[in-house]
Amino acid sequence: MRKFDTKVQYLKYKVLRAVARHAWKGDLLEKLIDIPKEIVPGGTPTMRCCVYKERAILAERVKIAMGGDPTNPNVIEVIDIACDECPASGYSVTDACRGCLAHRCEDVCPKEAITFDEQHKAHIDKQKCVNCGRCAQACQYSAIINRKRPCENACKIKAISMAEGGEAKIDNSKCISCGACVYQCPFGAISDKSYILNVIDMLKKSSGNEKYKVYAVVAPSVASNFTYAKLGQVISGIEKLGFFHCVEAALGADMVAYSECKELAEKGFLTSSCCPAFVDYIKKSFPKMAQHISHNLSPAATIAKYMKETDPNCKIVFIGPCTAKKMEVRLDRVRPYIDSAITFEELQALFDSRDIDITTLGESALDNASYFGRIFARSGGLADAVAEALKERGIDFDLKAVSCDGIEQCKAALLKAQVGKADGNFIEGMACVGGCIGGAGCLTHEAKNKADVDKYGRQAMEKTIKDAISVYNIGKDAE
Amino acid sequence: MMKITICIGSSCHLKGSREVVEGLQKLIARDGLKDKIELAGTFCLGKCQTGVNVLVNDERFSVSPETVEEFYSSAVLPRLK
Repeated sequence: MRKFDTKVQYLKYKVLRAVARHAWKGDLLEKLIDIPKEIVPGGTPTMRCCVYKERAILAERVKIAMGGDPTNPNVIEVIDIACDECPASGYSVTDACRGCLAHRCEDVCPKEAITFDEQHKAHIDKQKCVNCGRCAQACQYSAIINRKRPCENACKIKAISMAEGGEAKIDNSKCISCGACVYQCPFGAISDKSYILNVIDMLKKSSGNEKYKVYAVVAPSVASNFTYAKLGQVISGIEKLGFFHCVEAALGADMVAYSECKELAEKGFLTSSCCPAFVDYIKKSFPKMAQHISHNLSPAATIAKYMKETDPNCKIVFIGPCTAKKMEVRLDRVRPYIDSAITFEELQALFDSRDIDITTLGESALDNASYFGRIFARSGGLADAVAEALKERGIDFDLKAVSCDGIEQCKAALLKAQVGKADGNFIEGMACVGGCIGGAGCLTHEAKNKADVDKYGRQAMEKTIKDAISVYNIGKDAE
Repeated sequence: MMKITICIGSSCHLKGSREVVEGLQKLIARDGLKDKIELAGTFCLGKCQTGVNVLVNDERFSVSPETVEEFYSSAVLPRLK
């Protein structure tokens, strides 16, 4: 049974599972320093130069599993000693250089950055090189390659650079906590801080949901995770962990679409507010555009707000694909509604920390939202839902949506919009490629994930946004 | 003021809590009782097998879209007096 894409995720999972196991047992503080040895018992190193380094890094991973460095406000953190200090990014000449006579590389270089040694082999002067790549194209032996540090390459908004010591460094004033680097670093040297201990504590102190009820708000991208089991079994598993009940974040998405379409029609131009990394990106890198961000809370916060209104004592944990959510729940306007956020990766670790094999469980229902709320999980879904909401409400507005799939497309659309040349009147921004189903906290990232989400959408009992959110209007006079 | 709380958790939703809500809204409007009955929703009352679960003040009832009217006349109206 394959649960994860990479061994890095698997290692992170093992640490989370061990930390969770001890937390449930109540002996975490005593056993804390033994966890690295539990995971790497000894003998031959399998990951690093020696088991001692492996354990030292594991100790850092344990720290992150317990919430990480409290002095660092970002939820994305570099584990310095885990960073392999990959060679600097840029073009370089490999052994494949034959030392030819033609010197096409030299001829096409606009900066005279290429010189030759006694063996006639090419060298690139890093001080002069501007990484235009023409030399690589010109070389007939493909001897010039573009090395990229995977973390820097993953971070399309350039928040990662190399520190003086060579390790990766995150610029918190730019970072949007999307987690792309977390998923891409081949050494697992960048990680999202985990708040599973808060969640375990919350569940324990509820005394079986007697003192207060603990609800899980589950993101619709759940449809493309835990595919080794049935969705209903995942829900049963969450309840078995001690949650009182699961509610679909997608119902919040229905509510958002319903109110967002009206705001859009009134203002004429809007950028979406569902993706916390996209919102953070606008605030940090396009502050002038911040006035156009939809005033809606994110879908999860919207449904959580409603739930807290019906049961003010309850606690709410968001479970989803998103590392940026861990930042969002700290915002003043969200904190009162969502008590904690964990990822699907972390949920898998929690299941296994309690030896819950979800494939053996019965199925519990999860059905609150409409098709449209559910397809928010993939790029383009939000725009489809807003179009549907306009139709259902009979609002006459010519929607021209720009669905940005991934932060690079978001950047392109924002650059245009900033100078008044937007391609449409509604920018749907999703920081992760594919939308939420590409989130860093997903167990797997596969091409069929979009189909999984669409299928899940079609299974919704409610076919319209209005019907799905009618429950939300109980007791209120319908608009 | 009487408070009727309808479970809108997944299980009750699938059993028709929306229809139950709509049915009650209609009946309450018909009889002009809007000022006397407050409707509210809640996510799960922990009795999924007997859904749709409805609380009249703190008393729990099992209702379905087909039995809304009967429930209204036998459980709601008498308790108003």
